[in-house]
Amino acid sequence: MPTLKIDGIEVEVEGGATVLQACEAAGIEIPRFCFHERLSISGNCRMCLVEMEKAPKLIASCAMPAGEGMIIHTNSDKVKRGREGVLEFTLMNHPLDCPVCDQGGECDLQDQYIAYSGDDARYEDERRIVAKEDFGPLVKTVMTRCIHCTRCVRFADEIAGVPALGGIGRGDHMEITTYQEQPFASELSGNVVDLCPVGALTNKPYAFSARPWELKSTETIDVHDAMGSSIRADARGREVMRFLPRVHEDVNEEWISDKTRQAVDGLKYNRLDQPYIRKGGKMQPASWEEAFEAISAKLKGVKGDKVAGIVGDLCDLESMYAFKGLLNDLGSSALECRQDGAKYGGRHRAGYLFNTSISGIDEADACLLVGTNPRKEAAVLNIRLRYLAKRGAIASVGAVENLSYPVEHLGDTVQALENLLAGKGKFTKALKAAKKPMIILGGGAVSHPDGAVILKLAHDIADKYGMISADWNGFNVLHHAASRVGAMDLGLVSDKGMNGILDGAEKGDIKLVFNLGVDEIDLSRLEKAFVIYQGSHGDEGVKYADVILPGVAYTEKPGTYINMEGRVQKAQRVIFGPGEARDDWTILRALSEKLGSTLPYDTIAQLREKMQADYPHFSNIDQVPNEDWPKSFGVAGKTSDVPIANLIDDFYQTNPIARSSKVMAECRQAYEGAKFEAEAMVTNG
Amino acid sequence: MLADKDRIFTNLYGYQSWQLGAAKKRGDWDNTKDIIEKGVDWIVNEMKSSGLRGRGGAGFPTGLKWSFMPRESDGRPHYLVVNADEGEPGTCKDREIMRHDPHKLLEGCLVAGFGMRAEAAYIYIRGEFVHEADVLDAAIEEAYAAGLIGENACGTGYKFDIYVHRGAGAYICGEETALIESIEGKKGQPRLKPPFPANVGLYGCPTTVNNVESIAVAPTILRRGGAWFAGLGRENNTGTKLFCISGHVNKPCNVEEEMGIPLKELIEKHAGGVRGGWDNLLAIIPGGSSVHMLPKDICDTVLMDFDSLRAEGSGLGTAAVIVMDKSTDIIRAIARLAAFYHHESCGQCTPCREGTGWMSRIMARMVTGEAELDEIDLLLDVTKKIEGHTICALGDAAAWPIQGLFRHFRPEVERRILAYKKSRNAA
Repeated sequence: MPTLKIDGIEVEVEGGATVLQACEAAGIEIPRFCFHERLSISGNCRMCLVEMEKAPKLIASCAMPAGEGMIIHTNSDKVKRGREGVLEFTLMNHPLDCPVCDQGGECDLQDQYIAYSGDDARYEDERRIVAKEDFGPLVKTVMTRCIHCTRCVRFADEIAGVPALGGIGRGDHMEITTYQEQPFASELSGNVVDLCPVGALTNKPYAFSARPWELKSTETIDVHDAMGSSIRADARGREVMRFLPRVHEDVNEEWISDKTRQAVDGLKYNRLDQPYIRKGGKMQPASWEEAFEAISAKLKGVKGDKVAGIVGDLCDLESMYAFKGLLNDLGSSALECRQDGAKYGGRHRAGYLFNTSISGIDEADACLLVGTNPRKEAAVLNIRLRYLAKRGAIASVGAVENLSYPVEHLGDTVQALENLLAGKGKFTKALKAAKKPMIILGGGAVSHPDGAVILKLAHDIADKYGMISADWNGFNVLHHAASRVGAMDLGLVSDKGMNGILDGAEKGDIKLVFNLGVDEIDLSRLEKAFVIYQGSHGDEGVKYADVILPGVAYTEKPGTYINMEGRVQKAQRVIFGPGEARDDWTILRALSEKLGSTLPYDTIAQLREKMQADYPHFSNIDQVPNEDWPKSFGVAGKTSDVPIANLIDDFYQTNPIARSSKVMAECRQAYEGAKFEAEAMVTNG
Repeated sequence: MLADKDRIFTNLYGYQSWQLGAAKKRGDWDNTKDIIEKGVDWIVNEMKSSGLRGRGGAGFPTGLKWSFMPRESDGRPHYLVVNADEGEPGTCKDREIMRHDPHKLLEGCLVAGFGMRAEAAYIYIRGEFVHEADVLDAAIEEAYAAGLIGENACGTGYKFDIYVHRGAGAYICGEETALIESIEGKKGQPRLKPPFPANVGLYGCPTTVNNVESIAVAPTILRRGGAWFAGLGRENNTGTKLFCISGHVNKPCNVEEEMGIPLKELIEKHAGGVRGGWDNLLAIIPGGSSVHMLPKDICDTVLMDFDSLRAEGSGLGTAAVIVMDKSTDIIRAIARLAAFYHHESCGQCTPCREGTGWMSRIMARMVTGEAELDEIDLLLDVTKKIEGHTICALGDAAAWPIQGLFRHFRPEVERRILAYKKSRNAA
């Protein structure tokens, strides 16, 4: 714990801290371009120069380890001159095109210029021009603006695990470029836009659409996967313009996936903005009153047990709670949220949570992946697995895909798990040697026909290999649906699962299906039943609907979501929904009144109060639960040799918002899945 | 003047064969086992007492540098890296050693490697030195075949390997950490220090990087004793040194001389004097392109060693003496150097990447006089803003020749600018 004196202020910092961090601890801001807390130190921008007593030269504070008794000056004349010089050099070949640069208003270089500019420009010779690079459909490049901080290069190497960027050439001919003109094929590529301190890398789909000072920012939660990443939504008027990550150390650090960031235009297209009723085989626009009337008429004479409700991936807790209340009042108990056919049940919470917690991955030292491609199911979580791969072994059971780190492949059938439980194979040694091993069941594992057996095997493997102890739970289910854990907590599960409901509809046992945002299954099987679809987008669900009730998307309503860890988080309304669309719970509340069994709340506050009374843990905002480990879950049984496939085929097309997004469609075209299949780093175990 | 009996490089001019047989006759590989058996501490102490300062330019005491290597290995191997990326303009001493006396270097690698508990030596040789690399490869083969290096080097039981790594033509790879990066297969860019190579060097292991000449003189020093070497030259500037004399002299040459020899004597005695006589001298760059030049009045008296030249605001550097007589366009000469540094800047850190280009462009205009008078101060200010603000010393090296020009020849530059203006006005 060295103690330093910085501008007369004494600070003590942890061993291994840099002088720059010590300065920050002393409350002194040090300008920087290349330094970033989450990337390796490159020390090349030289903006962070400070004076250290007894050192002949100024030192780069970002690269100098803090030492006992150092005396640092950050505001001496020498420092000021040094920084002025560096800034002048930085600006020398930087074009003065701020008026047409998208970074304008949120540019580090602009800000530093205000603080450290010397006189007027003194450089009068020719300036460097650099050709544009193709970084793919999400990142726009104006490389003439590049100041060679190499943050993007380090991000690609260290965080994304796709070493596609680098510097070529020497001196002022140095250029940051992609490897052999291939696009930067990473599902995290958008983050380089945030990292770039200048306007060299900007948000391509957002280009020239708004200035930062026109935007109204709202802090909210993402729903494109089950991470519950903290995001900031920037809106102008009635349009969400872009998403940016917010720092949440335990969830997404400060990264978000490209889908989270760039599916924003999906909020504009294919929107349901008024109710519809099917008349003579065609959907006709209708008023709310007519739509409710049609539902009420249809429900007359239909018994409760002929009614079913299905819940999609993007629903908030409030609407699911109201949904459950409404359908229970109608006498229906056939409620289902597991549209992917997952086999976990609702009895044991530890049986369907990501118990280790996302930040807990940082403590783990061995990991078994079963039927999952975390890169597609939770791209940001995969970053932590990449770090884990450097510390310990990672093995996989299921389909082989490139996860950006080496994986030992144990087989693609359930047999591999049985072998592991029997103690066969060399990965068992790694598991035994590990202090904090973990297992992750992905969508492909839990929705496998033998999913229940896989759950049982995983439970027993967790027991056998010391994955469960007083302070460690290494059993994890990796969800990709933002609503799933909340829906499971609410008990939106039926004995026969989603298939049971679809079968019932086909056979005529179920006459009416209320569909709350389900779009990812074969809904043609509902053809015979009367289907009410409530959701935000005209996707698969509306094709087989008889009545459409326009709900709103996640940016347009206040809502609560529970992420895969069981962390309860609140999302905020950024803008209002389009046209006649209404907050989902209010639609259900209004409909319940029409149907004669009014739900007992009139405001969202009342709803939440009631909901939290029923489910006390919903009030533990932003906390990770510590659930009891049950003796058993899943079922023992014989297994087939059906290979375990991964659930998500196309990262960019997983939900109605992403499917409506033109940008996501472009990404799909640009990459065609290539990046996940290319050269998977796999060894056969 | 250095007596013949005190010469270390007795085949500097290649009058004899470079091969092992001839080298042995010259005294190389003579009872090397004996030296090694005296132990690590003896070797390091002897090097320290010899007062040898690094011959690559910075002049850091070699024995002290060796002693920085960890005394106890933590499991990581130690490496010796020999810097044979001789790219400093005007310098050609290492080339001659490798061309004509490679066994001196190889024996030096063995004793130096032993002195720092190294497992292997990597000789990073400049890519343009094709012939020299071939000679070195052949010499290494000879040494392996004779059992001088390898499994049981010189019969001491000590295992030591030597590898040659060819560079690809970047001046910056002569900087020790950029050189290490280059050996590792990365882009040649200097690393941040700390950590220093003695802690984290090649492949993350403790490493010492030494110049070819520093290593090549080590066996002779150890054989004849540090006191002998310390007895030559002046205090703190001991021993012999290879000087590379080029430019406007009658007989450009490499020569081994005692440290502290007067510059005038060096040139008159070995290089046949300045073209057209000593009075025709304009200026001399005494230590490779990276140091301040000296005008004639200083050259008259200055001694050629680290401290004397430093006192004159210049430096010994690599001891590459570049002589310029009065026919020289001194502005153009320095502009050429500025262009060189612009071309060779690695592009990693801002001041050097941008500043070298800026300086080079202004200098290019000053050659013709197409500049403003106040640009002289601007240019000097730019050199000051590069100097000391960069990761490695290339920024400093680029700034110093220009500072040297204006310290001694500012009126010349001003004259040219005014003459250009006048000619423009007349036209």
